[in-house]
Amino acid sequence: MNEVKPEVTTAEDEAAGVPVVSLRQVRKVYPGAAGPKVALQDITFDVARGEFACVVGPSGAGKTTLLRILAGLAQPTSGAALFEGTPLRSVPPGIGVVFQDYGRSLYPWLTVARNVELPLRVRGLQRTERAQRVAEVLASVGLPDAGRSYPWQLSGGMQQRVAIARSLAYRPDLLLMDEPFASVDAQTRFELEDLILRVRQEFGVTVVFVTHDIDEAVYLADRVIAVSKSPGVVTEIVDITLTRPRDQIATKADPAFARYREHLLGMVMKR
Amino acid sequence: MSLHSLGGAASPGPAARAAGTAAARALTRVWLFVVLFLIWWFWSAGSKSLYFPPLSSILKALWTQWVTGPARAELGSSLEHLVVGYVIAGLVGIGIGALLWSLRYLRDATSPYIYFLYVLPAPVLVPAAMTLFGIGFTMKVVLIAFAALWPTLLNTLDGMRGVDQVKLDTSRVLGVSPLGSVFRVVLPAAAPQIVAGLRNSLQVAIILMVVSEWEASSDGIGYYIVNAQQSFDYVGMWSGIIVLAIIGTVANVLFVIAENRALHWHYGARAVEGTR
Repeated sequence: MNEVKPEVTTAEDEAAGVPVVSLRQVRKVYPGAAGPKVALQDITFDVARGEFACVVGPSGAGKTTLLRILAGLAQPTSGAALFEGTPLRSVPPGIGVVFQDYGRSLYPWLTVARNVELPLRVRGLQRTERAQRVAEVLASVGLPDAGRSYPWQLSGGMQQRVAIARSLAYRPDLLLMDEPFASVDAQTRFELEDLILRVRQEFGVTVVFVTHDIDEAVYLADRVIAVSKSPGVVTEIVDITLTRPRDQIATKADPAFARYREHLLGMVMKR
Repeated sequence: MSLHSLGGAASPGPAARAAGTAAARALTRVWLFVVLFLIWWFWSAGSKSLYFPPLSSILKALWTQWVTGPARAELGSSLEHLVVGYVIAGLVGIGIGALLWSLRYLRDATSPYIYFLYVLPAPVLVPAAMTLFGIGFTMKVVLIAFAALWPTLLNTLDGMRGVDQVKLDTSRVLGVSPLGSVFRVVLPAAAPQIVAGLRNSLQVAIILMVVSEWEASSDGIGYYIVNAQQSFDYVGMWSGIIVLAIIGTVANVLFVIAENRALHWHYGARAVEGTR
């Protein structure tokens, strides 16, 4: 998972050795009316540069809390959360987040192009470069002509594509996704899964993808991190060695896919 | 919905039907006005009563006094008070509302007094305002601004407190600064409620425009109406009332036009939500 390559000579290789994400005994406790609630008990794992990691677990396993900590939106009660070797105290510029509910995350008063442009604007990019990047990422997610539309004029699947485009526009090192395809229909979901595998390749971005769907996790991931329900702990980390590129029909028909699925499902059900 | 269905040309059938229903809707709104106008016109025609002058002479006074005559100055002065007072109320209301939203302590400390001032009927402040600011321009503008402030202020505060946490999280993730997110996210997200507040403020401002001119004033529409009534010029009094009604209507129409432009995204999104 976190192997150091033998030819560690250039600065880039050196950077590749530092995990993009590093969690050490992360614990998160929320104060509650009926006493403190432990959302995350003890979470430790690394995610290497370029890796696609899926965090899978049932509802109430603190997956969203975990993602907020990874994004720097929330601080752990104890333990350490590091992004590229630096403790997360606020949201660093190199992280993109795709939230589950695109309807709440996209800004309805801005057109699609302006939504995607916003992070570039606040980073002070020049107009021509902004326009170029917007066109580029919208084309990457298959919406080259949607720039002038408003998000609410698009279907759910298209809106989530816009959200993905917006989080890729500023070329983050790490893309965090919180059950991003949970509110679209099955067909669209498969399309978006393949889309994210493609753009991840294209933009060379590390992905942490949170889901409750084991099939989705196995299909997408290089590694599946299974977390259990209350209190949230990592129960197992499974390396997925299915061949790439993956294919909705061929990969899912692979006996290895079924074995991973069975193993993870058994573990989740047992709990 | 596909992208292509958004701007597609409608076939002539539905377009013609839409034009038909638009005409029918316009008719619905107009016929009662015409009927009432005619009733008033013929009922009052030839009336010799001092208190119930013929509509024809009221309309004539409307023209000779307010359009071509001396009352134009009263109209100008009232509108000046209204515009200046209302703009101040809007800006200060949004500004203080935003400040109270961002400073929780200040909000908790001030909230009882804000509601206390909000429920106070502003017209009773006229004597106090006269004592403090005299009877001129300042007194009227201060009074209008003060009274019209509250609906905008409270709606701004409420609207900003209701902004979805996901929208705020998103702005942090996208790298928008805290101050930047106030302008880029919080204000637009709260805009529908702020605009509703501004609309209430407009009505209060118009009321206070008139009320502030009733007492010890030497100009304005309110002054003109009271003065006409006290000198038994009931034609002039009625013409002033009609002018006020026209001002209120025009102000509302302008407001709705501005609102539809500024919040077109809000109504668009809501219409789509309704069809899903």
